[in-house]
Amino acid sequence: MQHLLNLVALLGRLVLAGCRQVGGVTLFALEGLSHLVRPPFYPRLLGRAFLEIAYFSLPVVALTAVFTGMVLALQSYSGFSRFGAESAIANVVVLSITRELGPVLAGLMVAGRIGAAFAAEIGTMRVTDQIDALTTLSTNPMKYLVAPRLAAGIVAMPLLVVVADILGVMGGWLIGTTKLGFTSASYLTSTLNFMQAGDVVSGLVKAAVFGFVIALMGCWSGYTSRGGAQGVGAATTGAVVAASILILALDYVLTAMFFGL
Amino acid sequence: MSGTPKIRLRGLTKRFNGKPVLDGVDLDVAAGEGMVILGGSGSGKSVTIKCILGLIRPDAGTVEIDGRDVLSMPRREREAVNDRIGMLFQNAALFDSLPVWENVCFKLLAQKRITRSRARDKAAEVLAQVGLAPSVGDLSPAELSGGMQKRVGLARAIAAEPDIIFFDEPTTGLDPIMGAVIDGLIVDVVQRLGATAVSITHDMASARRIGTTAAMLHKGSIIWTGPAASLGETGNPMVDQFARGEREGPIQMELRR
Repeated sequence: MQHLLNLVALLGRLVLAGCRQVGGVTLFALEGLSHLVRPPFYPRLLGRAFLEIAYFSLPVVALTAVFTGMVLALQSYSGFSRFGAESAIANVVVLSITRELGPVLAGLMVAGRIGAAFAAEIGTMRVTDQIDALTTLSTNPMKYLVAPRLAAGIVAMPLLVVVADILGVMGGWLIGTTKLGFTSASYLTSTLNFMQAGDVVSGLVKAAVFGFVIALMGCWSGYTSRGGAQGVGAATTGAVVAASILILALDYVLTAMFFGL
Repeated sequence: MSGTPKIRLRGLTKRFNGKPVLDGVDLDVAAGEGMVILGGSGSGKSVTIKCILGLIRPDAGTVEIDGRDVLSMPRREREAVNDRIGMLFQNAALFDSLPVWENVCFKLLAQKRITRSRARDKAAEVLAQVGLAPSVGDLSPAELSGGMQKRVGLARAIAAEPDIIFFDEPTTGLDPIMGAVIDGLIVDVVQRLGATAVSITHDMASARRIGTTAAMLHKGSIIWTGPAASLGETGNPMVDQFARGEREGPIQMELRR
């Protein structure tokens, strides 16, 4: 009986800790967002965060998209040839890339790069008193550190996903035309005829949400880190893991919402 | 003490995980005074000044600055009070993403009280006051030695000409000569600005150099207040043991087993 009670108590503590965490992140996000519309603004910091996400993540996102498009074309050919549907490869590639793989894979790549970088930078500032120093210098740390990163995440991710969409489709085109016997014109015509604006827009909305989540988890993990180098390390890992899981979970929710399933 | 104290603490209490760190701290600091708060590691010195600065919210008690309770003030008024406060952190806490000149003029730039082009000249001016060459302004904090970082931290604390300055362990990690240099700079800038200074330290030589008045914090309470010059000969056995660094006496180090 006592073991059962201990188990229930443990579960209760875990649920309470989870609720505290969710509540803390939610309040943090709301405060961060509220600073996006209240002056003073820090355009230099916004620019720096935007550059960090959009420009410096471009190579890794581009490579991921190209190879994904290439693999997708090969796999689709291999599978679809069993029932004579090879002609649908261009359609499958564009649909998969724009709706799902573009935003999700770009999100996961950026979560690894940017979520970790934000958590490490802000976490180091926390454990070296730099965040307290901001407060003593009449500067709100949420406004200075968090709001520009959230804004940059929301704006930069859709731009990255536009690039990922184009390069993903081009990866499929490359394999389609060099290995699978498509002509360039037929592959691209098939792609453009099948693609709908809604496919691209839903992917871009997902990208904006993922960008917000990546920046949020990076900032939150860093801001709440404790205990020196070990704490910053844990915050960095936590930011990447939390952002990645949230991206996958939100991807399901948004897909169900957009396509009414 | 005549008139309203610059800083007045009454019944300041703070617990962390149920453990009392501050247990009813009462302290008055007069305008223009150089108060040094002494105490062993973990005695609550840093928590006390973080409560005054608004970095930690106490569980109970009041913090008055110029007779006004800053804990019950609206946020904007509190920010206005903080505008008149400078702080030198123990490890200087310089922003490593910014060059030294931007660190020094951070508050002035953040409040748009100065343009970026004028800020470089202003930084050079303030750096000179702490004995650093103007060329240091273009370096990044990571390129500075510990002593230089403290000087830049001091320059940042005084750049906006505050009327209250806090110093958290200003000589920790420095050799004795550099410690004396930093103390000398602190005394000079505080006198020149006519500011009220509150320092926390367990360096007795530093306490005597920068303090006019001292207070001893022990187990979360102020147990003695008096002239800094009398440290070691106060007649209070706890303060005298601490000031002389004696192993035997009423203060016993708590060892965790």
